[in-house]
Amino acid sequence: MIELQHVTKLYPASARPALDDVSTEIDKGEFVFLIGSSGSGKSTFLRLLLKEDDPTTGTVVVNGKTLHTMSKWAVPKLRRTMGCVFQDFRLLRNRTVEQNVAFALEVINKPQRTIKRVVPEVLEMVGLEGKAGRLPGELSGGEQQRVAIARAFVNRPLVLLADEPTGNLDPETSEGIMLLLERINRTGTTVIMATHDYHIVDSMRRRVIELNGGVITRDQSRGVYGVGR
Amino acid sequence: MRVNFVLSEVATGLRRNVTMTVAMILTTAISLGLMGTGLLIAGMISDMKEIYYDKVQVSIFLADGVTEEQRASVEGQLVQLQDEGEVKAFLYESKEQAYERFQEQFSQQPDLVQNTPPDALPESFRVELVNPERYDVIAAEFPDGVDGVDQVRDEGDFLDRLFSLLNGARNATIAVAVVQALAALLLISNTIQLAAFNRRNETNIMRLVGASRWYTQLPFILEAALAGLIGALLAIGGLVLTKLLFVDKALAGPIKAGIIPPVDWAEIAFISPIIAAAGVGLAATAAYVTLRLYVRL
Ligand SMILES: Nc1ncnc2c1ncn2[C@@H]1O[C@H](COP(=O)(O)OP(=O)(O)O)[C@@H](O)[C@H]1O
Ligand SMILES: [Mg+2]
Repeated sequence: MIELQHVTKLYPASARPALDDVSTEIDKGEFVFLIGSSGSGKSTFLRLLLKEDDPTTGTVVVNGKTLHTMSKWAVPKLRRTMGCVFQDFRLLRNRTVEQNVAFALEVINKPQRTIKRVVPEVLEMVGLEGKAGRLPGELSGGEQQRVAIARAFVNRPLVLLADEPTGNLDPETSEGIMLLLERINRTGTTVIMATHDYHIVDSMRRRVIELNGGVITRDQSRGVYGVGR
Repeated sequence: MRVNFVLSEVATGLRRNVTMTVAMILTTAISLGLMGTGLLIAGMISDMKEIYYDKVQVSIFLADGVTEEQRASVEGQLVQLQDEGEVKAFLYESKEQAYERFQEQFSQQPDLVQNTPPDALPESFRVELVNPERYDVIAAEFPDGVDGVDQVRDEGDFLDRLFSLLNGARNATIAVAVVQALAALLLISNTIQLAAFNRRNETNIMRLVGASRWYTQLPFILEAALAGLIGALLAIGGLVLTKLLFVDKALAGPIKAGIIPPVDWAEIAFISPIIAAAGVGLAATAAYVTLRLYVRL
């Protein structure tokens, strides 16, 4: 479902590639941790999957489509099959929880009827049914991340990309977010999560891909964060 | 397409940077107003050409003491020139006829009429040439001050100078309109960049959830187009006011006398859609190009 073949990404301003000859495959329904220290290339990996950027060399295939041959008009369609969550939530401050989630559907022209039906459903799933009318500023960090997850998941994507979703949260809140991501994974959605939170990685025992200076140094199913940690 | 969504985005965008929006609308309005003025002057010039060039091209003014024979001889020469194919037509205007025409032309200025004695205007032959450029032939045939001819005047020459003046005015107006249009385009581009910056959170999310490029761009393009339309309406309003307060009032005399053609409502009605289309089209295009060049959507 997702495949990288000899992918190298060299940003114009830097001498060292952010990703260096990376090849890997991720199957439908997998839960994958992308780990590595800051600057190891995790975010770049995720950006390439979204075609936010193109690799310098190599091939990225998502849902059977080779991204670099894809016309730019087809990119929105690709992104409708993927959801994204970030460390900084990226909610619209002047819209309520409900409106934030509905926004993702409105701008891709979903009928109002559908929006009215699915938004409460997904808010209930993330545990925010009582807070639909609140503004992001009136929520805790964990709750804001739940809104972001609801927004990413409301269109039932095939893949959910999460870039350090627990980076701004305390361990207890993070645990709740991880339960939610697991639940989403159980619906058949592939989840790829970049993180350097070793507690989480160690407790989940899922597939781990470790990046180090843009190179995959480890790919282990049911892995832990650091060997010998 | 979700009309409500797009419209509320446009309204928010325009409200969020009022100063830029106002500046953008005003420059657009000035540019379009000048463009409209240029078009009206161009229309006026072609009207005037019709009024004037159709009429006399050469006037042969006779001296005060002209004799019956001298007058008949001039007429004879003109008939001969007509036979030779130089002159298309000519007509004689007596002192009385000249005075009547003068009274009519300057009916708005009774003082002038009152102070002009009826016999102050010379009698003349008004001559239409087959080829207006052949004025020299006539001038050579009737030397000034000889045989009862006082003066031969090429009205075409005067008209040429008048029209080159009017053409100059039109060109200058259009040149200023173009410079203003350039300023308007830069302001529009700037406003759109600012609007895109203000809305970067929204557009980033739209990009990530797979909103089409078109859907993301439309609010910005409409925002510019709306400003262009408001600018065009102001420009049209300005032209209407110019007609009512300046052309119809200050130029009433010469217009009535048939010296300057009036500015008809029909002409304003004709150029208004052109102005509106130019305003909307240029603003929308400037916004689109700006988004393509400077803004990642
Ligand atoms: N837009 C960019 N332009 C230039 N260099 C970048 C850009 N984004 C990331 N990099 C560089 O690429 C490398 C990998 O960055 P990133 O993928 O963000 O790593 P991580 O998410 O693991 O911290 C870093 O050295 C970073 O400085
Ligand atoms: Mg990162």
